[in-house]
Amino acid sequence: MKRLRRHGQESQRERIKQELFQFNKAMEHGFPHQPSALGYSASLQLLAIGTRSGAIKLYGAPGVEFMGLHEENAAVTQVHFLPHQAGLVTLLDDNSLHMWTLRAHKGQSELLEIGRFTLTGPPGASPSVTSVTAVLPHSSGELLLLGTEGGHVFIVEVPGFRELEERNISLDQVANSVPEDYIGRRNLEHVEALQENPVNPDQIVIGYGRGLMVIWDLEKLCATQHIPATQQLESVWWTDDGKYILSSHSDGSYCRWMVGGEDGNEEEEEEEKSDIPYGHFPCKAISKIVQLPTKEGPPFLLFSGGMPRASYGDRHCITVIHSKTHVALDFTSRIIDFFVIKDGPRSAGEPSALVVLVEEELVIIDLQTEGWPVIQTPYLVPLHSSAITCSHHVSAIPLKLWERVIAAGDLQNTHYSKKPWPITGGQNLASDPPQRDLLLTGHEDGTVRFWDASGVCLYPMYKLSTSAVFHTDTDPNDNMNQSTEGEWPPFRKVGCFDPYSDDPRLGIQKIHLCKYSGYLTVAGTAGQILVLELNDEAAEHTIEAKVVDLLQGQEGFRWKGHTRLDVREDPVLFPPGFQPLALVQCQPPAVVTALTLHSEWKLVAFGTSHGFAVYDYQQKNNILIKCTLNPSDQLAMEGPLSRVKSIKKSLRQSFRRIRRSRVSLRKHHVNNAAKLQDANARLEAELAEMELAPVQRKIEARSSDDSFTGLVRTLYFADTFLSDSSHNTPSLWAGTNGGCVFAYMLRLPSVEHRADEPITAQPAKEIQLMHRAPIVGIVVLDGHGAPLPEPLEVAHDLARSPDMHGSHHLLVISEEQFKVFTLPKVSAKMKLKLTAVDGSRVRRAGVAWFGSNRTEDYGESGLMVLTNQGDVHVVSLPGVKLQVHYNCIRREDVSGIASCVFTKHGQGFYLISPSEFERFSLSTRNLVEPHCLVEAPQYSAPSTQHRPHANKASSAQRNARHESEDAESAARRVMEHALLNDEKVLQEIQKSLEADQMLFSENNVKSALA
Amino acid sequence: MVSSAAPPTERASERARARSRMSRQQQQQQRTPLKVTDAVVEIKSKFEAEYRRFALKRNGPGGFQEFYRLIQTVHCIPGIDVILGYADVHGDLLPINNDDNFHKAISSANPLLRIIITKKEGEPLVFGTNSLQRRKKGLGLTGLRPPGSGATHSKNKQSLMIGLPQDFRQISSIIDVDILPETHRRVRLHKHGIHKPLGFYIRDGVSMRVMPQGVEKVPGVFISRLVRGGLAECTGLLGVNDEILEVNGIDVAGKSLDQVTDMMVANSHNLIVTVKPANQRNNVMPRGGKATIGNSGSVGSAGSTSSAVSHDSPSPASQSNPITASNSIAEGDSDDEDDDDVDLILENDCLAPYDSHPVTNSNNANLNRDSPGSMVARPLPQSISLPNSIGASVMMLNHNGNPTHAASSSQESMREDGNIITL
Repeated sequence: MKRLRRHGQESQRERIKQELFQFNKAMEHGFPHQPSALGYSASLQLLAIGTRSGAIKLYGAPGVEFMGLHEENAAVTQVHFLPHQAGLVTLLDDNSLHMWTLRAHKGQSELLEIGRFTLTGPPGASPSVTSVTAVLPHSSGELLLLGTEGGHVFIVEVPGFRELEERNISLDQVANSVPEDYIGRRNLEHVEALQENPVNPDQIVIGYGRGLMVIWDLEKLCATQHIPATQQLESVWWTDDGKYILSSHSDGSYCRWMVGGEDGNEEEEEEEKSDIPYGHFPCKAISKIVQLPTKEGPPFLLFSGGMPRASYGDRHCITVIHSKTHVALDFTSRIIDFFVIKDGPRSAGEPSALVVLVEEELVIIDLQTEGWPVIQTPYLVPLHSSAITCSHHVSAIPLKLWERVIAAGDLQNTHYSKKPWPITGGQNLASDPPQRDLLLTGHEDGTVRFWDASGVCLYPMYKLSTSAVFHTDTDPNDNMNQSTEGEWPPFRKVGCFDPYSDDPRLGIQKIHLCKYSGYLTVAGTAGQILVLELNDEAAEHTIEAKVVDLLQGQEGFRWKGHTRLDVREDPVLFPPGFQPLALVQCQPPAVVTALTLHSEWKLVAFGTSHGFAVYDYQQKNNILIKCTLNPSDQLAMEGPLSRVKSIKKSLRQSFRRIRRSRVSLRKHHVNNAAKLQDANARLEAELAEMELAPVQRKIEARSSDDSFTGLVRTLYFADTFLSDSSHNTPSLWAGTNGGCVFAYMLRLPSVEHRADEPITAQPAKEIQLMHRAPIVGIVVLDGHGAPLPEPLEVAHDLARSPDMHGSHHLLVISEEQFKVFTLPKVSAKMKLKLTAVDGSRVRRAGVAWFGSNRTEDYGESGLMVLTNQGDVHVVSLPGVKLQVHYNCIRREDVSGIASCVFTKHGQGFYLISPSEFERFSLSTRNLVEPHCLVEAPQYSAPSTQHRPHANKASSAQRNARHESEDAESAARRVMEHALLNDEKVLQEIQKSLEADQMLFSENNVKSALA
Repeated sequence: MVSSAAPPTERASERARARSRMSRQQQQQQRTPLKVTDAVVEIKSKFEAEYRRFALKRNGPGGFQEFYRLIQTVHCIPGIDVILGYADVHGDLLPINNDDNFHKAISSANPLLRIIITKKEGEPLVFGTNSLQRRKKGLGLTGLRPPGSGATHSKNKQSLMIGLPQDFRQISSIIDVDILPETHRRVRLHKHGIHKPLGFYIRDGVSMRVMPQGVEKVPGVFISRLVRGGLAECTGLLGVNDEILEVNGIDVAGKSLDQVTDMMVANSHNLIVTVKPANQRNNVMPRGGKATIGNSGSVGSAGSTSSAVSHDSPSPASQSNPITASNSIAEGDSDDEDDDDVDLILENDCLAPYDSHPVTNSNNANLNRDSPGSMVARPLPQSISLPNSIGASVMMLNHNGNPTHAASSSQESMREDGNIITL
């Protein structure tokens, strides 16, 4: 009987769980890692980016996003939209072609792969014959022309990928008709470029690597004109009027050739021109050239590269020449590809914007506004313009604060173009986000960026820089006023990617924002804690630093880490936005590992590996300092210096390894394929060996003598029952790496005496968990078992006031278990063991509210937990029972797991690459994902004005030019693999350095191994 | 298994009796100083540099406690805690601390019984079994050296040391012998209260499993190293290259090395590992075969027979799992797992308020050291002596806080104690 009833309850519980929890990896925010190809459809107004990991992402109007992933783990080398269709073709570096289409389904478009194709040559032919180097989707939308390494052009029917053998243009056919005087006739090399005549779809130009270009008539199946360029060809452009062909070459020159037309006129015409724009000295190749006419006046000429090799060979430049204006746009990283958007219907108007994809960001330049300003991107923003060191999410921002932050942000963005975003394809069908959410990211350079995380687009709102408070080594006018008069080439820096930090001590480690009061506190690598206040006016402040000695007289230690940051003594003018109110510096200046702010009590609590303290930012004095250091823990005392060294060391080692492998590759001459393979095999064997090195783990109980037991992992303010069950008092709770919880009772004066009467703190409780695992979270649950609301939440009528009559409970979350204690007399009530049962450890935990998708008024608080295995669990409150679990992150992705941040409404973010956040949701009610529709354009008769924007200059394709290079690229892949592994290790080390303290214990285990 | 329970403390009511008997014995001793008969044991006891000789009735009813009082009286050292030892026929120094070994000592007297008395606080008395060596060196019976002296230590290096019986506690056991396949061994390591490290390392490896379709290689976790002097090595129940099949009843198949490591660390206070020993020669055979299965926690003999029979099945560990769980709990955590790790909780409600101004109060810097409420918490003796309670329940509640009692010197000893942390 009893069992039956329980069974009924269980099934009901199962149903409730289904109504509450659901796992979704909704979408990705940020800039794709390692982009390798760019495509654009003028008719669809969609942008496509392919990546080295085989992902393809489409972007249109803000909110319109699609993502696809190739099954092959190969880099996307080219992306081409098919004319007149909502489809595109991708070429991977394993020489396979893939057809993707946007198909409408239930009123929404989906990106689907509908076909794949690998070119097969005649039997017995070498693989180079069919290795695709150039792709041209014909404007009819029915043909795909594929130029190959062997110099042939294959013609394939799409979308079925049927080879039309009879129409193929073989190298022999072309070579036979090459004029006798052309020097390179014996070897034309591979097909470098394919272009269609914009006014005559039957004509295409085939550019061969050696320099020769042939205009071929697809109907008559014969060559109509030969253009005998003698330099190695890089790209070809057919002007819109069909009269000229521009070719760019590896020596940094470009040539303009007259198209002879039907009469077969030969090349000697007066309009032809050849130029090396940055000439005299040897120049690098111009990898892509584009010329676009304007209605009145001279055309725009744009080309990438061509810089003088010796002096500016390392710059990543695109030169734009229009009339008298000549600018060399200097980008922050390698240029992948670029294209120009044109105004007007059918994109026949004036060039309006230049879109450049570089390795680390997407830059759009407004070509119609004076000075060619940059248009701010609503998506694809490089999150990693300085490396992300921490993140903090705040849900449901009050409108007032939201507007003030936006206003402050707008003042920072005055240098951007006022023009609207020019890529407008598709319709965003997603409903407006239910609330305003902020994601704050802390960066290595001491900035905090505010992102609008409410919807599909992670839009930058405001950027706070904390470095103004400190003296740093850098000269403020270092990078700024670079474009001096008369400099040649006329450089102009564009883009915001800037990974070089002035001073690693500035790095932000912890952030806490009170959304009701607008108080923000940030803490950094050198033990600095700033309390900031939102101010709508610019103001001048002199910042006084308060030094807090966390050692409290502990002796026998010597801090070997970095020094404190120097504070500016003179007044500093701060722009509108968050302005510093107080500065605390910890001594020793170790990384701040825990931080919390209580805006109602005006207290900030912070902790390092040495102890914790409470600071009253109204009276500007310390309330409490507690040293948690174990006297025998020398490691914690010494600071991060040794670790920094190890990073440097491993960096150096990996560079050496690359260099060594390069040298060895060069030594074995490139032609000698056998030797190369040998070298590769050796390399791979070495790598395999590295991976197979015997790993052993020490099995030992944690003891009080372990290192970093005193590291403060979590701090929590709560108004609860500490001494007796009838009077609640403010309290501070701190949890350490050694499984110890400290509770302090705070005595706050009444509101009217808040400014002058001292606040006192007195120790109230101490709990040493027997299992000694690091404490990752502390939560006090009210009489109903609900977590206590945030400070000021009740005052703003935004939360039900907590139940102060029933007995409160204390939930202590350690890496190994969840434990509920009674209050005020602390005794264990319930617990849930995690590690003892399945070997996973808690990495992140956060309280969230889950609403039911069935009834509006039902919801539950739950604890979201991320483990070191990458699983997310929901644990019920206050019963601490596992509800659901899903696999979320790969367990090897240490940096992803370390970067995870939960929202208060059951969502979460984690970094899938240095520049991308994955957004996931555990809630059935709160889910942000793109809902959008793209309709295929109406196909009218082939317009003479229409030009398919085929992008040929993808430099990646050049990897496969020579066989020897092929081998080299294979070797490079191996190296990249090695580097990647290294990078992971580095990131791990870095994370632990950056006080993602959870790794300390792991490191301890590792260090104990040797 | 070396296992012995500390003797129950005698009740005060017995003391009176003991005293009266003692006086009677003294009278006897005085009456017959030199008359050595079979009925009397001649006793020569030594405390520091003082010797006492007296006699005791061989079959006189008397327990250890009385004898202890007698010794104290004879040597005029009432109130000093001492440890008694005697020299047996082989010249070994053996302890006397309960009725049994007291009677043994009396019966082994031939006719003289030498008693060595040491102060408890002094250097530990070393009992040993190296009689032969001493004999050879001509030390003979008189060669019982003052225990604890440096010379003894160096000479006795080879000898097997025997700890004081009251320090004896279970450190490991083989459990569930009847339900496991005989190729497997389930070992419980009792970490609590022992300052020895668990002392072993694990590694990834390849395990051979017999599958229906033949032998298959599967990844497994193995013991890679034993630390000298660690608990694992001392028990002799675990060996290098033993494959780990379960941790506290949970199958480790499919778990990564790090996961298994974390599981073991999380269970380190009461670690039960099921291993497939690399050396299969010392396996414990199930007593009396399958018919007699069913000891303490026999939950289902059917299940156990099946697991015994199918010892070559792909995952024997998982097969015996349900039994494991219940059985281990039945044997071990007598009170369910709730008291396996009771946390130390200090409630210092009456602590002096923390002073936030470092300038005004010199006490500040020493807060750590002598905050008034800090108190000594040692593992309570009864919790250690209960062999099956895993983890002492150390819960200190200091509601009325007696500030004067906590000395700063105790603070130091606290720090040394690996199990407890104070303020």
